[in-house]
Amino acid sequence: MSGSTRHVAAPPAGSAREIAEAVRRGERSAREVLDAHLTRIAEVDADLHAFNLVIADEARAEADALDRAVAAGVTPGPLAGVPVALKDNICTRGVATTCSSRILEGWHPPYDATVVERLRAAGAIVVGKTNLDEFAMGSSTENSAFGPTHNPHDVTRVPGGSSGGSAAAVAAGLAPVALGSDTGGSIRQPAALCGVVGVKPTYGRVSRYGLVAFASSLDQIGPFATTVADAAAVLDVIGGHDPLDSTSIPEAAPSLSAALDEGVAGLRVGVVAELMGEGVAPVVADRVRAAADSLAAAGAEVGEASVPAAVYGLTAYYLIAPAEASSNLARYDGVRYGLRVDAPTTAEMMTATRTAGFGAEVKRRIMLGTYALSAGYYDAYYGKALKVRTLIIRDFAAAYERFDLLLSPTSPTTAFTFGAKSDPMAMYMNDVCTIPSNLSGDPAVSVPFGFDEAGLPVGVQVLAPALGEAVMLRAAAVLEAAAPVREERS
Amino acid sequence: MSDAERLTRDDVAHVARLALLQLSDAELDEFTGQLAAVLDHAADVDALDLAEVAPTAHPYPLANVWRDDVVGPVLDRDEVLAEAPQAESGRFRVPAILGEEP
Repeated sequence: MSGSTRHVAAPPAGSAREIAEAVRRGERSAREVLDAHLTRIAEVDADLHAFNLVIADEARAEADALDRAVAAGVTPGPLAGVPVALKDNICTRGVATTCSSRILEGWHPPYDATVVERLRAAGAIVVGKTNLDEFAMGSSTENSAFGPTHNPHDVTRVPGGSSGGSAAAVAAGLAPVALGSDTGGSIRQPAALCGVVGVKPTYGRVSRYGLVAFASSLDQIGPFATTVADAAAVLDVIGGHDPLDSTSIPEAAPSLSAALDEGVAGLRVGVVAELMGEGVAPVVADRVRAAADSLAAAGAEVGEASVPAAVYGLTAYYLIAPAEASSNLARYDGVRYGLRVDAPTTAEMMTATRTAGFGAEVKRRIMLGTYALSAGYYDAYYGKALKVRTLIIRDFAAAYERFDLLLSPTSPTTAFTFGAKSDPMAMYMNDVCTIPSNLSGDPAVSVPFGFDEAGLPVGVQVLAPALGEAVMLRAAAVLEAAAPVREERS
Repeated sequence: MSDAERLTRDDVAHVARLALLQLSDAELDEFTGQLAAVLDHAADVDALDLAEVAPTAHPYPLANVWRDDVVGPVLDRDEVLAEAPQAESGRFRVPAILGEEP
């Protein structure tokens, strides 16, 4: 495989649901499933750089322990033997967690994120930590301190970001499922660019305990998968209340897997007019219209929706997220963990550490946020952004009076080449369709729905009101079944 | 935004000091242009009448979350300190704080 520009592959042992079923029945061993994935990683990850770290020994030990338990008659959990890749901003006890930043290089968290505990309790096997834009700030993984990840559909192109490593890992068959985090589209946009399913759940549905904070009112962990059913299965495991996250929704989360095949007959679906205009590539807009047609053919009532304030999402986001980040990233000061650059006084040590440890994009966002929060500018920038956030929430609420679900592009374009968006503002424009859901806190999913002229995948986004994941994933499943299959070129 | 003046190089230098970042002259020039471009784009919301709109800092109303005041699991001190750049006698060690010799 090495040397090729294309490394797309189905997961070598089948979907997560197939793996779990076979392992639970004792038909396959977790070890055999894991080894098939480790082999695939060894074959192609030198070309892709999806992983910052592969923990083969730890994973083998866990798989062997699971196999022994099954042999002893223990019924394992719903993700028994399923290899899972974790974005490298999700804490794993004793296993390096870098956020793809020099400032955290070599840090070993003293605790597991809640999602990691829940995955392990369900029988999943963590295979490694995936690459990201430093501290999840970016849309291409080009901001990783350890070098970019390459898109499995064309290694000369970016995988999207910031969770580009997780998206590429799933698209290349290195893991059947992966976790990412989505602050402004960081799960959905790379899912679209890599041709896999990516879900940003309702804010508060999945615990953020152990997710390294970027923008705390926007961050949410979610799954990547090759199928909607796998994404639902992972969400069922990682979702639900966690007392360790005070923003976790206390109500019980009903199973998403149970209702996936109920279809969309009678559902009202609105195509968001404001997200179909300027800047959206014609082929992407065409695919969204085709998706709307598919939902209509399956019995949905499709119309045009309007979320007027959505066009101001970019402005609100690029003030609010940096403002929160400037506060959250103040903790990297060389005192308690990570990098320290020695200097005679503590103040000088902190400045030297942060100057050496953060990359350019992280510095830009810290400064933008510090400025937006500073005396004299707070009302003009941060204060206004918070009011725009209110308008976006109101406009979504009005749209959901007329529609059950909304539909839009995930990303305005398909995967672009490395260096193509070196201007920060051009890069930020990638997030225009995904940002509104983070500001409103509502869930959204990107589903692969065909390809552009060059054979690159196009994702369409299904949006739902808060806690509307069940209906949202039903529509995603309908689109998955109707999506064109790529014609293999020899 | 109209009621704020355009970002200057001095503003960026000041903000960098606040954020404990040291920028080279070349970085100051580059960041000034890039940050000003983002703030220029942000002027698009000047078209909105926001006078009567309440701000939203969080997607859902948040109330204080309480738990019973009982001891639960805590992080192991030695494990935490083992990750520190420097530790001594069960504490994080830092260089001089007030400028005197340590």
